[in-house]
Amino acid sequence: MSQSTTNRRGAAFYLLATFFALFVIFLYGPMLMIFILSFQGPTGGLTFPMRGVSTHWFHDLWTSSRYGDLGGAFRRSLVLGGLSLAITAVVCLFAGLAFRRRFWGAGPIFYLSIVSLVVPGILLGLGISQLFQLLGLRLAWWLSGLGAHLSWTLPFGLLIMFAVLNRFDGSWEEAARDAGASPRQVLSYVTVPILFPGLIAVALFGFTLSYDEMPRSLLTVGAKNTLPIEISNMTTNVTTPALYAIGTVTSAVSFLVIATAFITIAIVQKRRARAKGKSA
Amino acid sequence: MTEQSRIDIRSVTKLYGAVRAVNDVDLTIDGGAYCCMIGPSGCGKTTLLRMIAGHETPTSGTISIGGEDMTTVRTGSRGTALMFQNYALFPHLSLTDNVAFSLRVNGVAASERRDKAREMLDRVQLLHLADRVPSELSGGQQQRVALARALITNPKVLLLDEPLSALDEFLRLRMRVELKRLQNQLGITFIHVTHTQPEAIALADQVVVMDHGVVEQAASPRTIYNRPHSPYVARFMGGQNVLTGTVQSAGAEGTVVESKDGNLYDLPPIEGAKPGDTANFSVRRDRIQISDTKGDGRNCTEGTVVNIEYQGTFVKLALETGTREEFIVYLDDDAYYAAPKAVGDKVHASWAPKVNHILVGANNSTGTPYED
Repeated sequence: MSQSTTNRRGAAFYLLATFFALFVIFLYGPMLMIFILSFQGPTGGLTFPMRGVSTHWFHDLWTSSRYGDLGGAFRRSLVLGGLSLAITAVVCLFAGLAFRRRFWGAGPIFYLSIVSLVVPGILLGLGISQLFQLLGLRLAWWLSGLGAHLSWTLPFGLLIMFAVLNRFDGSWEEAARDAGASPRQVLSYVTVPILFPGLIAVALFGFTLSYDEMPRSLLTVGAKNTLPIEISNMTTNVTTPALYAIGTVTSAVSFLVIATAFITIAIVQKRRARAKGKSA
Repeated sequence: MTEQSRIDIRSVTKLYGAVRAVNDVDLTIDGGAYCCMIGPSGCGKTTLLRMIAGHETPTSGTISIGGEDMTTVRTGSRGTALMFQNYALFPHLSLTDNVAFSLRVNGVAASERRDKAREMLDRVQLLHLADRVPSELSGGQQQRVALARALITNPKVLLLDEPLSALDEFLRLRMRVELKRLQNQLGITFIHVTHTQPEAIALADQVVVMDHGVVEQAASPRTIYNRPHSPYVARFMGGQNVLTGTVQSAGAEGTVVESKDGNLYDLPPIEGAKPGDTANFSVRRDRIQISDTKGDGRNCTEGTVVNIEYQGTFVKLALETGTREEFIVYLDDDAYYAAPKAVGDKVHASWAPKVNHILVGANNSTGTPYED
């Protein structure tokens, strides 16, 4: 009796389900469109219909010189993303641990680091380029570009780190100290292993935020472009489905990075399980 | 062993900003003793425990273990092991690796430390779960792991921070027995922080009652229970009624105190007492008779029954006597049911003069009276 009443769906259910379906289409539809169109036949254009299916445009990307230094831009973005990943993970780990104590100036330092999330990226880039000019330094993607990206990934990572540390019980570290562990041992045997899944999340954000960052890159990377800038340029002067092909490739890289992260977590857990098995 | 594990706390003060969490405490805990520190939350008992463990440093004063000054010695190398209230087991390690942790940080080879850890797990009857992780265990099992992890370091002093508070009533009583037995076997000093009076009385060789960062009384449980130092200790440990009166006459043969309602009480001599002084004293709840008729007006009180609780072996009667505190009488159940009372009845309570116990201490706070 009560079963049948709970199973009957009201108008609200269908309304919300429709809304949700529209939302999903809006979210993934465009991406799917680009994936499909990137496999356009050699004679196909930027829009439907498909004129055959091929990987022509992917080959075109690598072989043609029409697209400028696409390979170089791709490599630079990967390196930049990797550097952001590493620096963000390390800095946010220690910053997060430090902020657990109300050290002198903790409040102002926190707000200062959050400000760079709020400041429009393009303005921040402009500021960095002006500063470099003032100091007589040359803009370079691995220096001013990296700095601009970190101004974005570090505060973001720090906020995630706070959430991660929220579930971290300080008495674990005390228990380790009580057992005679040195500060270094506490960090490597207890703190980092327990926080590891959260750290991967922080590192992932470090990578993906840097990998597709455009406003902060525009005025700071100097003579050599990163991938988002390169793609943005392509939208104005490339009129072939190669544009979609590059979109598919970059998305694939993003997914690959996320998959790698998940696989890393799985391997770590498996190794722990094996360590457990060995002691049996 | 006993000399090595004696603890001397000398003039220890701990300030948190302007707050005196521990205020000039002097305390000696005999080696091999089971010591229970008890008091309401915020009384400084946990802070004192953490200073002995080395997780906090005293603002002033010294702490010695086995006659050796350990005030600023690093945690983990002072011969103490702390069992945390929430156990603080490492969630990413198996039970074996949890127990073996201190051996690992001291560089013991993997196979050796695993063997020792499994030996220790066997002692707490958890060997069959050696490869599980803590989240797969029940509360009682987690506690035994925490115990094994603390004991594998061969500590001179085991510190327990409210070890039984997370367990249900049944397990609590069982673990209480196990702790006591373990302490007898090992012969090391146990310091156990609790806020449960029966736990302290049942386990301890020495009970340390604290309030507002000060040790109110440190003595055997019998002394604490029978001869409380101050009105606070009498109320906090329970089992006593606290009464107040004005000294009428004082001398070598005894002190006579008059209460507000005109009853007289025969107390032992109070040193330096003059007529007109205020005197606090206590009367054990189970040493009181009741009757319907007023006696000679000495060592008695009268009141209206406000509550009756049957407790199995005795009956607990609460009287409203016109003071701010209820006057509690524990009556033998046979005697009570021979002449039962009803709520609202007026009764007279009286007791032998020797039951009156003078409360010397000045601390008259209510604490959190324990009512059962």
